Amino acid sequence: MNDQADDDKENAEESTNRRDFLQIATYTVGGVGAGMAAWPLIDSINPPADVLSLASSEIDISSIKVGQSVTVMWRGRPVFVRHRTDSEIKEAKAVPMESLPDPESDEDRTQKAEWLIMVGVCTHLGCIPNGQRETDPKGDYGGWFCPCHGSHYDSAGRIRKGPAPTNLEVPPYQFLDDTTVKIG
Amino acid sequence: MNFYKNIVLPIHDWVDYRLPVFSYVRKNLVDYPTPKNLNYWWNFGALLGITLMTMIVTGIFLAFNYTPHTELAFASVEHLMRDVNYGWLIRFMHSSGASMFFILVYVHMFRGLYFGSFKTPRELLWIIGVAIYLAMMATAFMGYVLPWGQMSYWGATVITSLFSAIPIVGDTLVTWIWGGFVIGDNTLMRFFVVHYLMPMIIVLLVFFHLWALHSHHSNNPLGVDMKTPADSIPFHPYYTIKDLLGLGVFLTFYLTFVFFAPDYFGHPDNYIEANPLVTPAHIVPEWYFLPFYAILRSIDDKLLGVIAMFSAVSILFVLPWLDRGRVRSAKFRPIYRQFFWLFVADCFLLGYIGAQSAVEPFVTIGRLAAAYYFAHFLIIIPLVAKFERPLEPPESINAGVLEAQTKKGA
Amino acid sequence: MGVNLKASLLGSILMLLVLGGLPINTAYGAGDSVKLEKQDWSFSGIFGTYDRGELKRGYQIYSEVCAGCHSLEYLAYRNLEEIGFSVTEIKEIAAEYEVEDGPDDEGEMYMRPARQSDKFVSPFANEKESRAANNGAYPPDLSLMSKARKNGPDYIYGLLTRYKDEVPEGMEIADGMSYNEVYPGQQIAMVAPLEDGTVEYTDGTKPTMQQHAKDVTTFLTWAASPEMEERKRLGIKVILFLVIWTAMLMALKKKIWAKLH
Repeated sequence: MNDQADDDKENAEESTNRRDFLQIATYTVGGVGAGMAAWPLIDSINPPADVLSLASSEIDISSIKVGQSVTVMWRGRPVFVRHRTDSEIKEAKAVPMESLPDPESDEDRTQKAEWLIMVGVCTHLGCIPNGQRETDPKGDYGGWFCPCHGSHYDSAGRIRKGPAPTNLEVPPYQFLDDTTVKIG
Repeated sequence: MNFYKNIVLPIHDWVDYRLPVFSYVRKNLVDYPTPKNLNYWWNFGALLGITLMTMIVTGIFLAFNYTPHTELAFASVEHLMRDVNYGWLIRFMHSSGASMFFILVYVHMFRGLYFGSFKTPRELLWIIGVAIYLAMMATAFMGYVLPWGQMSYWGATVITSLFSAIPIVGDTLVTWIWGGFVIGDNTLMRFFVVHYLMPMIIVLLVFFHLWALHSHHSNNPLGVDMKTPADSIPFHPYYTIKDLLGLGVFLTFYLTFVFFAPDYFGHPDNYIEANPLVTPAHIVPEWYFLPFYAILRSIDDKLLGVIAMFSAVSILFVLPWLDRGRVRSAKFRPIYRQFFWLFVADCFLLGYIGAQSAVEPFVTIGRLAAAYYFAHFLIIIPLVAKFERPLEPPESINAGVLEAQTKKGA
Repeated sequence: MGVNLKASLLGSILMLLVLGGLPINTAYGAGDSVKLEKQDWSFSGIFGTYDRGELKRGYQIYSEVCAGCHSLEYLAYRNLEEIGFSVTEIKEIAAEYEVEDGPDDEGEMYMRPARQSDKFVSPFANEKESRAANNGAYPPDLSLMSKARKNGPDYIYGLLTRYKDEVPEGMEIADGMSYNEVYPGQQIAMVAPLEDGTVEYTDGTKPTMQQHAKDVTTFLTWAASPEMEERKRLGIKVILFLVIWTAMLMALKKKIWAKLH
């Protein structure tokens, strides 16, 4: 009689264990499925393919004369592409690091000295600095001047005076050949 | 064990004392007494709830990418299909999901008709259900306009123009709905807003629907209400696992369409951008509206056709008063059962007719089928309820279950 | 289940099958119920994929034969990467076309070569210009043609291959129209665009009219449903997952309900 009771108890326990395993397994598999189902929703608000296709812009720089600046759009923001003169280059290289609020050498900001490529957005609060046109105010350092709060950038686009904390951002770029630059 | 006793339980008690969510869930979803003899036709309510949530979630993510302007709507849907990560998946889940929603609701409603779930004391439960159905129809109608395909535009034009049949105010009403002389930007924008809004109303109605359900508990295949604890089992774990199983089967069905036949329920013409100057050869609504479309067209008079169409849905509201027979379930009503299946066949026939052009023999068949539809509710049901000799249902659910078991055993 | 219920259920299912077999879809696009010949497509079935050779040749046919009149406005040149073109090749293809850009600093709009990110350039600026150039007929955009007709691929293939010189008895073909067995109304404004050798293939495939039609139909089906291969791949995984999970649920349900007896 004891054996029967023991057997029953054993069976009940066994079936409980089996059910627990099946239960855990089923709910785990379900949970995994639900998690995998969430991914497409989350990924759907990442940048779509057409936005990503505009991640880089190729610029033809052959027509930009020495001393001329051109503004191109890249990822929705203006980029200043300047073909610098020799005097601008010399000036930029002569600036001592100690006088820079955001020390950065001219070599670190350019791949080819005569081409200065920077995002034309003031690092203070996001206005677009003046200085692309010949007739624009260029600030006290011969580069760019932001009219919003008076930040002055030099001929390498570095902040010299004013509230902007850092130099104008240099985007990732590469020269595909002598006449084409790929930004981004 | 310490974690549970020292952290989880105190938090549980603290929250529950102030806002009894946990007790509420326990009462209504765990311990909740449910008839122990429910069959798989009772799975459809839960499936509807899950489908509603799926439609809302996919709808929100679609809305992130949709532009409700006539010049941009169609292109925004293509942008979603081609450029947005998994945009095609969300779109197809939403479009096929709508069809699933209606398949489920029709089965759910037919279950109610068969087993007498609309009878006292569940009249309000049924009425709220019909209100949900109407809200679903409005939502689906407006949603179909949004992709701005040929069927979107012309289906919307045809159906909204129906309101002009109303005497005196008809034309003003239609112009007011359109916000212009034809369906245009204003119409599209407001349809988008209302399409987004209606599901919130549906959720509110579902809340009342479930509240009404829980006051007298579910019906069951025998149509005999629970009387003693022997008649019921707790909702959890029995019906939670059964509902999950139903979900697994349903998802397999649903997603087979999404992945392998995503355009099955749709119409090729809706892949052509709306053109107000070109009318498609055959304007048809989505399949779930076809029976009502057939009823609309069965009457030559424009106004009477509109009245017939709306009556076909609204007659459902008064069903509890058309059929006041004592015995609920068709299981014990052999005469009613035959007419029930005839009615189902009539609905399918009406659906088929709705898809055909308005030529013979479809016109005549459609008229007969529409007449039969109303006859079923207005003549057959009351007469059968009055004169039918039903079989005697068992004393209780428990008695019924035992009876069935002994019969099977023998 | 009672006998009556079973019988009624069976009856309903039978009726469904019968109705399913009937031409329910006469209202759904085929119009004059033209008999389309079912073709063998590489992309049919749950394991179907787009044959890359057909896609590339199909694009060649589109660009050499169709693009003169038919736009493909929902495709971008960058999409051609899926067909097998390299980024450099795509840049070259795009640069052959011009798109309007601007305004420049003078306020003028100007033309520039297309980039990979641009959409396919349309042959005409708008529908009116298209009609003016085509005797009032409007060559429709082809981006979604494969989905915008019932049995789209078979329809396109049939339309391209079933122009007939011999017109049936008693039928009047209007001026400037051609007789086509598949096109609704059997009269089409488009002159037969394909014949044997219309396009020169560089991969050794025999350039018959049927091959041209097959290739361009596959290309257009890809253009309408670029997501198809990913969709089917993911679908197989999802359905497999669901079948397994449902089986587990069935076992668990039986286990739990066994407690009641």
